Amino acid sequence: MTPAAIDDTTLYAVLAPFAAAVVAPILTRWFKHNAAWPLAIVPGMIFLHFAGFIGPVSEGQTFVASMAWAPSYGVNFSVYVDGLSTLFALLISGIGTFIILYAGGYLKGHPQQGRFFSFLFMFMGAMLGLVLCNNLISLFIFWELTSITSFLLIGFDHLRAASRRAAVQALVVTGGGGLVLLAGFILIINATGEIEMSVLLSSPDIIKDSGLYVPIFLLVLGGAFTKSAQFPFHFWLPNAMEAPTPVSAYLHSATMVKAGVYLLMRVHPLLGDTALWTTVLPLFGGITLLVGTILAVRMTDLKLMLAYTTVASLGLLVMLTGTSHEKALEGAVLYLLAHSLFKGALFMVAGTIDHEAGTRDITKLGGLRSAMPITFVAACLAALSMAGLPPFIGFIAKEVLYYGTWGWLELGLPITVTAVIGNSLMLVIAAAVAIKPFFGPKVDTPKHAHEGPILLFAGPVFLSVTGLGLALIAHTTGVLFVGPTLSSLLGEFKSIDLHLWPTKINAPLILSVITIGLGIALFTQLDRLRSFIASVLAAIGWGPDKGFDQFVSGIVGLSAWITRRLQTGKMHTYMMLTFGFTALAVLLPGYLTNSLPAMPKMPEYRFYEWGIFFIAILGLIAVLIAKTRLTAIVSLGIQGFAVALIFMMFGAPDLSFTQFMVETLSVVILALVMTRLNLSPRDHRTAPAALGTGVIAAAVGLGLTLTLLAITQQPFDSRLSEFFTEYSRSIAHGRNIVNVILVDFRGVDTLGEIAVVVLAGLCVLALIRVRTKPEATSDGSDPDVVQTRKAEAR
Amino acid sequence: METGVSILIGLFFAVAVYLMLSKQLVRMLLGIAILGNAVNMLIFTNGRLTREVPPLIPEHLYVPEIATANPLPQALVLTAIVISFSFFAFLLVLAFRAYQELGTDEVNRMRVAEPENDQTPPQGY
Repeated sequence: MTPAAIDDTTLYAVLAPFAAAVVAPILTRWFKHNAAWPLAIVPGMIFLHFAGFIGPVSEGQTFVASMAWAPSYGVNFSVYVDGLSTLFALLISGIGTFIILYAGGYLKGHPQQGRFFSFLFMFMGAMLGLVLCNNLISLFIFWELTSITSFLLIGFDHLRAASRRAAVQALVVTGGGGLVLLAGFILIINATGEIEMSVLLSSPDIIKDSGLYVPIFLLVLGGAFTKSAQFPFHFWLPNAMEAPTPVSAYLHSATMVKAGVYLLMRVHPLLGDTALWTTVLPLFGGITLLVGTILAVRMTDLKLMLAYTTVASLGLLVMLTGTSHEKALEGAVLYLLAHSLFKGALFMVAGTIDHEAGTRDITKLGGLRSAMPITFVAACLAALSMAGLPPFIGFIAKEVLYYGTWGWLELGLPITVTAVIGNSLMLVIAAAVAIKPFFGPKVDTPKHAHEGPILLFAGPVFLSVTGLGLALIAHTTGVLFVGPTLSSLLGEFKSIDLHLWPTKINAPLILSVITIGLGIALFTQLDRLRSFIASVLAAIGWGPDKGFDQFVSGIVGLSAWITRRLQTGKMHTYMMLTFGFTALAVLLPGYLTNSLPAMPKMPEYRFYEWGIFFIAILGLIAVLIAKTRLTAIVSLGIQGFAVALIFMMFGAPDLSFTQFMVETLSVVILALVMTRLNLSPRDHRTAPAALGTGVIAAAVGLGLTLTLLAITQQPFDSRLSEFFTEYSRSIAHGRNIVNVILVDFRGVDTLGEIAVVVLAGLCVLALIRVRTKPEATSDGSDPDVVQTRKAEAR
Repeated sequence: METGVSILIGLFFAVAVYLMLSKQLVRMLLGIAILGNAVNMLIFTNGRLTREVPPLIPEHLYVPEIATANPLPQALVLTAIVISFSFFAFLLVLAFRAYQELGTDEVNRMRVAEPENDQTPPQGY
């Protein structure tokens, strides 16, 4: 079905958060933390706008809108609304509404709260653009914008080094992945000639048939895996927990980290269902799932436990997307929805506990259920969904995904086993997060714990209740959200029928029971399990996180090494490099393009012309071999006067007079300075050095001679000279054409020349006048002293 | 006509570059002075050479009677001579003052801007 065109409102909906980002600091200055209420209206309105698409999209309709941006390059700001993008837009704006409220409560009284709101809104806009953009290039731009805004958000607490490191790491990994993705997109554009996603999706085999499938697949995967923290790029996500909790609850549950999964789902009709796809994705997804859950069990910090299970969940989603099996994909969509709701809620719960109790280490928490009853209920609802227990959406997701993996013929068994292990460990974490802080005897916490304000509990309560509600109306959820999204993944319209309660005892139900049983068994052994994993990890000792540090210091070391090679601080090296490359630049092109000048005939020169050439050469040689400074100065004068005579011979008396004057002055000044310097002009280079520099010097000279010969062998274009000759008298009223050019036709140039002379004179004066203080000269080698001295002199 | 001068210019350039590749400040200055002449002659010769007829218009005419030397490169070179002279004068004084301040005329030992054992960039975040 071809997409229907809609008006520009949706485009403005994507841009609305950027406007809110501008307004947020002002509102925060006026209303303090209560600015969250008016600000939350923005994502709320965006949510309502996209809610309007639910009906038509669930009937299989799709929509596009476009705004010209750089049309000559085919780059437009265009959106494509279908099941997948609607689901994501609803999650981003819906969860975003509560995140804004939560941020109002969480950073209450923080001096930079306005800035924080601003960053959050910028991220929200970038994320909306990412999931809605139809144009590949604008999609890439929003993709990188999410990396940049997440850098700002993770590094929000920029006074701490850990925070800065996490921000840089996230930027390097996700931003670098984005560049890989750009290469993939450009390859797609080159291979297919199409730049709009909706056009590509209308002919699903276009990339598979292009012959560039494998490189495109790998490049797109590079973008998706880094963004969605797949093994071995998973390390940046837990480190990003340095960010304030609203950021983790937003970016690291439902939005930013899901961008990679979004991309894989979006390109599934184009790139999916190939042998490569169904091998690579389940493999890396499965590894990520297991690594994520195992590392999560190791942690005692609530946020880190949640972060690692997010890694695991992303692995599960990639694994399921990689099966290209219809039922497994349905499970992926359901799990995506469920995970966004429960993980967002649990992150906010963790933040509230941290905020109210002063710690988020589960070994230092306990018995909070009476102190924080509302948060407790929200935590329980979300954790039950995470554990995959009925009657929550997480349960339905798990049933469907088991149904899918079990029914997938190719690699069903290993995938199912991986999923069961992963899910049971997920249950362990869910139980630990919900039970450890709230049950048991009350433990003394750094702060006296009590229930947070409505700003803090509104989000977790709403999200966890939604997770319950969507499960209770399972059939409607299936029709409105899951079905349309699945249709996007498959590239054809599907209607599905979901039930909350299993109708008969089948394989998925048995797998669920096994998962729950295994999970409970593991939970009872949690402490033993944790110390076991800790000892294994300690034995390994190295991880990608450490690898990142080695990579960064390696890069810095490498650039420092290259800099030391090229920027030696020695003038001589710079001169050698400069003239070496000059020689290559004048010699190589003529040689390579075979356009060296023809062998010239030596013209008939008159005897006095030969004489002057001879004098010039004599002067040059004398400068080279001069043993005393006086000889050097006099020899310099000789070649200068020879040049003046050459000008004279070839019809340039003005030049000749000027040259005579300038040469005389040069010799006088040089004599003055040199006598004061009392330096020997003799060269001190060794024979090999003399040979090396001589070769470079000869090459430069030869190259310029050849160039000049080649130029003068070309026909001469005399139009400019003729113009000046013709109009010198008639319009500028001067008979000396050279002078007329200088003072009339190109008078401003001459003004510039005079300015240079004046400036040089002033600089000379300043240099002579500036004297350093006597006490500073004693340690003139110390750079700092010299610099201070120069600063003082100014 | 240009062939011989072109070879001479190449020689000027070679000597200038050879002197500038010295480590002695004074010899580098000599090289720069010669380089200025070489460049000026290069521009001059590019506009082709004509013997002895300066670009002047006789009193009673509006354009020259016979073909004259090309006036355009002459105008350019006239500017260039003056500028290269001021540049040279400035460099001379700068070298003189640098010698007074740093006590050496060897360029490799003038390390104020890029001191030896310069610190490596910070490795932290």
